Amino acid sequence: MRDVAVIGIGCTPFGEHWGSSFRDLFIQAGALALEDAGLSGEQIDALYVGNMSAGRFIDQEHIGALIADYSGLATRHIPATRVEAACASGGLSFRQAVIAVASGMEDVVVAAGVEKMTDVGTGASVDMLAGAADREWEGFVGATFPGLYAMIATDYMHRYPLTREQLAMVAVKNHFNGARNPIAQFRQEITVETVLRSPLVADPLRLFDCSPITDGAAAVVVAPLERAREFTDRFVRVRASAQASDTISLHDRADISRLDASVAAGRWALSDAGLTHRDIDLVEVHDCFTIAEICAIEDLGFCRKGEAGRLTEEGVTALDGDLPVNTSGGLKACGHPVGATGIKQICEVVQQLRGEAGKRQVPDAEIGMTHNVGGTGATVAVHILEVV
Amino acid sequence: MSVARFWRKIPQRYNLIGTRCETCGTYFFPPRSFCPACRREGKIVEHRFQGRGKVVTYTVIRSASEQFERLTPYILAIVQLDEGPRFTAQVVAEPGEIQIGTQVRSVFRRIGADGESGVIHYGTKFVPVR
Repeated sequence: MRDVAVIGIGCTPFGEHWGSSFRDLFIQAGALALEDAGLSGEQIDALYVGNMSAGRFIDQEHIGALIADYSGLATRHIPATRVEAACASGGLSFRQAVIAVASGMEDVVVAAGVEKMTDVGTGASVDMLAGAADREWEGFVGATFPGLYAMIATDYMHRYPLTREQLAMVAVKNHFNGARNPIAQFRQEITVETVLRSPLVADPLRLFDCSPITDGAAAVVVAPLERAREFTDRFVRVRASAQASDTISLHDRADISRLDASVAAGRWALSDAGLTHRDIDLVEVHDCFTIAEICAIEDLGFCRKGEAGRLTEEGVTALDGDLPVNTSGGLKACGHPVGATGIKQICEVVQQLRGEAGKRQVPDAEIGMTHNVGGTGATVAVHILEVV
Repeated sequence: MSVARFWRKIPQRYNLIGTRCETCGTYFFPPRSFCPACRREGKIVEHRFQGRGKVVTYTVIRSASEQFERLTPYILAIVQLDEGPRFTAQVVAEPGEIQIGTQVRSVFRRIGADGESGVIHYGTKFVPVR
C-alpha cells in the first residue's frame, strides 16, 4: 500500500443557493480544488463523488457521469463513481479515492461531495432525509431525523449528567467558530438563550440544536505521497482511513446512546496510524444535532461516556481549548449539504494543518481527525490527516 | 409508500407478526428472515407478539414530514416488547403522560396515507397501560 497525500482542496460557500444549480455547485468546488493543487483536468485519473439523494432532491441520478461531463472530463473517459451512505457519502467518497491511490490502481484522484437540497420544500426534504434510517420500520411510523436523535438525547440525559444548557453550549461554540469561517452558512454568534428560546423540533431538541438544510459542494485531490511535491508544497498526509457499519435502525443498537460504528472506526483509525488520542490536535465531528457532537467526542474515545457535556461547558472543545472540536462551525453553523459534509471536513482539517484557517486557526496544528456519520450511526468514516 | 410495498407487510404491521430463530431463541420485530447471530444455522419461524412492552426512549415530534404534519405534536418511542425485541412506534398519549419505563400495550391505528386519494396505511401504535 502506498502513502497518500491530499494535494488540493476546494469548497463552495455553504448556504441556500437559489441561483446555483447542482452542476454549478460541483463545478465551482472542483475548479477550486484543481486550482489549489496546481493541476489541470488532463492529470486526473479518476473521480469519486459523494451524494445522498440527487434522485429525490433534483430528480437526477447518474451523478458520476454528469459530473465528469460538466467538468470537461467525459471526453477523456476517466472512471467517475458515485458513492452513497446518506450523510456519510462524502467521507466514503474520500475513502474510496484514498483506497484507489493507496492500491496503486490510480494516481491523481478527485474526491468530491455535493448536495442541492433547497429545490424542494422543508417538509419534502425532512421526508427524504428520513430515508437515511429504515424507511419501512422508522420513517413509516413517523420518525424524522431530529426525532431519532431526540430519542438518543432522551436516553442519554436519563443516564448521564448532561444539562439542557450544556447541550446548547455545543451550538453556541459551533456558531462562534462558524462566525470565523468565510464559507459558513451561519456566520453569527449565538447565546445559550438563543438555543433555549428557539422552538422545539423534537423534545428535548430545539431548532438551534439542529443542523440546517444546505446547498453546497466540496472537492479534494489526492495523489501518492511520493509524487505530491510534483504538484504542490502544501500537501498533507493521510495517516488513516477507517469505515464501520452498524444496524440501520436506532432501535436495534446495542446501546441507544452509543454509536458503536464511531467507536470501531475511531479505534481502527488510531491503531492504523499508530497514534493515541493525545496526538490529535483538532477534530471535525458529525454534529448533525448537538447531542451527536456529545456522543461523538465520547464514542471516539476522547473522554468517558457522560463527560462531554462538562468538557464543552469548561471550554475544552472550544477554539482555544485543549481539543478544538468543529473549528469549521460544524454541521450546525457551517451547514450540512449532506453529501458534501464529509469532504468539507477534510477541507477544514487540511486548511488547519496548512496554517491557512485565518481567524479560526488552531496554533501549531499537526494532526487532525474527521468523523462523518451516515444516518443515526449505521455508517461512520474516520480519517486522520497529518502535516508532513 | 407504494400499495404493493405496504400490502406485503400487512400481517406484520396489523398484528405484530414477527419472527423467532429456533436455533438461538431470539425474537425479531421488525421481522428478520435471516438470523444475524446464527446466520445459515438459524431456523426462522413466524411469531405473533403479545403486544405488551415498555418505553425505552421517546420524543415528542413537533415538526414532521408532510405526511405526518397534521398529527403534530405526536409521541414517537422505541418500545421494548416483553419478548425482547425493540422497535419504533407512536404512543397515543399526551406529552408528559409517558416516560422511560412506562408500560404500554399495542393498539391498531391509522398510521398515515399515501397522499389524499391513495391507500390508508394502518398499523400498530401503543397506549400506556393504566
